[in-house]
Amino acid sequence: MMSVAAARALSGGQRVFVGIGLPSTAANLARRTHAGDLVLVYESGTLGSKPTRLPASIGDGILADTADAVISVPEVFNYWLQPGRIDIGFLGAAQLDRFGNINTTVIGPDYASPKVRLPGAGGAPEIAANCREVYVVVRQSRRSFVEQVDFITSFGHGRGKGDREKLGLPGAGPTLVITDLGVLRPDPETAELVLTQIHEGVTVEQVRAATGWDLTVAPELTTTPPPTEAELTALRELKAAR
Amino acid sequence: MAETTSLRDAVAQLVHDGDTVALEGFTHLIPHAAGQEIIRQRRRDLTLVRMTPDIVYDQLIGAGCAKKLIFSWGGNPGVGSLHRFRDAVQNAWPAPLEIEEHSHAGMANRYVAGASGLPFAVLRGYRGTDLPRHTDTIKTITCPFTGEELAAVPALNPDVSIIHAQRADRAGNVQMWGLVGVQKEAVLAARRSLVTVEEIVDELTPVPGQVILPAWAVTAVAEVPGGAHPSYAAGYSERDNDYYAYWDSIGRERDSFQRWLDEKVFSQEVAK
Repeated sequence: MMSVAAARALSGGQRVFVGIGLPSTAANLARRTHAGDLVLVYESGTLGSKPTRLPASIGDGILADTADAVISVPEVFNYWLQPGRIDIGFLGAAQLDRFGNINTTVIGPDYASPKVRLPGAGGAPEIAANCREVYVVVRQSRRSFVEQVDFITSFGHGRGKGDREKLGLPGAGPTLVITDLGVLRPDPETAELVLTQIHEGVTVEQVRAATGWDLTVAPELTTTPPPTEAELTALRELKAAR
Repeated sequence: MAETTSLRDAVAQLVHDGDTVALEGFTHLIPHAAGQEIIRQRRRDLTLVRMTPDIVYDQLIGAGCAKKLIFSWGGNPGVGSLHRFRDAVQNAWPAPLEIEEHSHAGMANRYVAGASGLPFAVLRGYRGTDLPRHTDTIKTITCPFTGEELAAVPALNPDVSIIHAQRADRAGNVQMWGLVGVQKEAVLAARRSLVTVEEIVDELTPVPGQVILPAWAVTAVAEVPGGAHPSYAAGYSERDNDYYAYWDSIGRERDSFQRWLDEKVFSQEVAK
């Protein structure tokens, strides 16, 4: 459901900076269903990849073989990401807080001796800063959805509305968070993440129980329509193709 | 001019204890065989540089070659954590590991500055993140033209950079193509460089999108077929995705890692 909901958030012609895993599944699903002209950009240096199966890694040969252009990594970041040429950045998170700040660096308050050492920043800080919008895909639990992240790897909305502007960050930041339970969006007044949509079969209580802060629920809460036959077929084909 | 030599001799001559060493290759063309030769020659106190320390750096760190890591993303791509890297950071095993942590954009620009002969690079990066609080090599600078505050990061100039490429000719001109990552910049930024190649040929056949490193820009070339495994070399091999998953079972425990080191690295002499 998570990858279907994430795929639906993308629309044709958008230029999407894609990470491996769920973002890549969602972007490829969108390209095979309603958004055939989606432009997929991978940080390994491929512009406009059109893979016929899901890539196993960020540098899977199929991404280069099916791309409009293959470029160097400095070029990806300097020429394509930094000036704002990418519409949507698709990020995952180990921790996400109520203002959409993302941590993929360390768990625990002490950076020098962390409870858990995570992979680190990769391309994410600048993706979060420079893409026009950021979509976050993450499984929801009290461990991942926290009041405040232990480390800001990628800046979301800081401690509220206006913090991005103060820092001069060009993009709008996280505008959509898609989880296995539902969808959250920042409140237009406060920038706090608010539950706006739940997936079929999920209750608001379930979502609250999986959130580490006092979650606000939008008055006009909607339910994610179930996956269509076409979406399920495309997803199965993608996952089966080798 | 690039000297054509064996992997063993190249590492013996170019990589010294205490050096700053970069092994680059962005998923594609990762110089695994060279990394294992460094382990085999028991180099110590290395400052290891790499944008994406993955399996090969898990091996170098677990084997005790490193005292410091300069990086932007450390994981087993598509699989999960690097357990030897984690063990070093969380438990100082087998030795404490100092880390200097950046983003990809920062690292890429540090190599670009190094290759350009400049002292630092500027980028619109790191804003709002906690990275500058922990990393001394991230500062801010004011643009003299617009007044904008930008991030400044110092050039990376490794003592030696090592990459893997598809081909070289007998004179030592190196040709690579496909995902070329940051390898050209890493070689040009370094004081010394080693390129391992799939094959040495009489004449390089042009390939679309190729990068050429002329022989005079490279210190040594060594023919190491399959030297990127489990990574790959476009046109020669495919990525061994199963190996990346398998590595998780090897790297997870100190004992299984030690057994792997003894069986697959120390007991395997490479040809002179």
